[in-house]
Amino acid sequence: MPGKSVLSPILINIADQTLFLKSFLRNTLKKGFEWEEFSHQSYVIGYRSVGIIALTGFILGFVLSLQSLPTMKQFGAVSFIPGMVSVSVIREIGPVIVALICAGKISSSIGAELGSMNVTEQIDAMEVSGANPMQYLVVTRILACIIMIPLLTIFADVIALFGGFTATLLDSPMSPFLYFYKATSILEFSDIVPAFIKTILFGFAIGFVGCFKGFNSNRGTESVGLAANSAVVTASVWIIVIDAIVVQITNMFVYS
Amino acid sequence: MEPLIEIQGLKKSFNGTPVLSNVNLTVNKGENVVILGKSGEGKSVTIKCIAGLMLQDEGSLKVFGNEVKDIDRQGLKDLRRRLGFLFQNSALYDSMTVRENLAFPLKRVAGIKDKKEIERLSTEVLEAVGLQDAIDKMPSELSGGMRKRMGLARTLVVKPEIMLYDEPTTGLDTITSKEISNLILDMQRKYDTTSVIITHDIPCARITADRVLIMSNGEYIAEGTCDELENSQDAFIRSFFK
Repeated sequence: MPGKSVLSPILINIADQTLFLKSFLRNTLKKGFEWEEFSHQSYVIGYRSVGIIALTGFILGFVLSLQSLPTMKQFGAVSFIPGMVSVSVIREIGPVIVALICAGKISSSIGAELGSMNVTEQIDAMEVSGANPMQYLVVTRILACIIMIPLLTIFADVIALFGGFTATLLDSPMSPFLYFYKATSILEFSDIVPAFIKTILFGFAIGFVGCFKGFNSNRGTESVGLAANSAVVTASVWIIVIDAIVVQITNMFVYS
Repeated sequence: MEPLIEIQGLKKSFNGTPVLSNVNLTVNKGENVVILGKSGEGKSVTIKCIAGLMLQDEGSLKVFGNEVKDIDRQGLKDLRRRLGFLFQNSALYDSMTVRENLAFPLKRVAGIKDKKEIERLSTEVLEAVGLQDAIDKMPSELSGGMRKRMGLARTLVVKPEIMLYDEPTTGLDTITSKEISNLILDMQRKYDTTSVIITHDIPCARITADRVLIMSNGEYIAEGTCDELENSQDAFIRSFFK
């Protein structure tokens, strides 16, 4: 049956991911949480991404303001720029851009690291050494992503507002207090909460995909590269899909 | 003699291709058993089944009298407290120093939390393998021979009763191979372990083996001492020693 050969790998992959998810959930609730490794991963995932996130956030806000300035000027609506930047960045662009950058930086690095540990039998060695690799390697990394990606997004949002303020200053002087008042006073509950929930889901997707790809890489050096590459692509697709779903749900419940 | 490992009719296949077709093996306490065979004959699969890293399709595999496939996760953890595995490429944790590599099984297998005790046991085992100066080094800073010694130290630090060696001298020069083989023997005497050694290296087999088994087509076809097998009537068996 021709359909069988096309569908089988997809179904097997879905089944494998479901079992991996089940194992992650079971091991998360199990006693013996690896706090030390979790703190280390939070440091690696969060602190070491601060530089690139700050740079991206700043440029994001800066460019967004700069792009909208000429048009807003035409309509005499320059004073709306802070609000426009904050709503765009906090609701949509900030979380998605941070998540995509983290998919490239973190998901690929987790995929490559676990893939390489798999190839060099370090995961087997861990198992023989009495550790639970799922608990030590997977749970810690996914939870670190779930916590650090939202924090990185908040950080990027704040920096983006500074970027927007800098761009506005290039055109006309504006008090920073006025700028940030205008940027924040326009924000509503429905702008902040769904976006924050979205970042938690992005964090989960980034950690889960990286761990799944690395943990299930085949035994061979080539598979390490493939795991890293596949982690970035899959995590990016997940981010876009999650974004679309969350926006749809938000529209259904908040704006209907 | 007390049998620590008992294997009967062990079968294992991957994607329909049989790797182990009928493995029968008994390893008694204090013995050093060497398994020889061509690549891909299933030697590593056998010891991975013994360590519970793979499950057999058919047959019985008992370690310390317990059927491995029936052991639950906690039981497997208890089994691994008494069992050490030296991987082919040592499998040192790249992101940890030598000290952290040694502390890892001490904390988890032996359940030791006291830092001073971990330090004492780590230093003791590093001295035993001649690596006391490498305690703060990263695995990437160690040579091939040092990595093997370190792998051995990490396995021995929890004082296992059974040691499983997967190609312990692969990729090493002749002199270092001999050093590692002698070290395996010294450690077996010092820590009173029972060993199963997978190797292609005949000098290693000569140094370490009490008994040699030759594996072909997924089963053992000959058994004896190195001298007995070297003088076998079967040309295939003799070919391993040429």
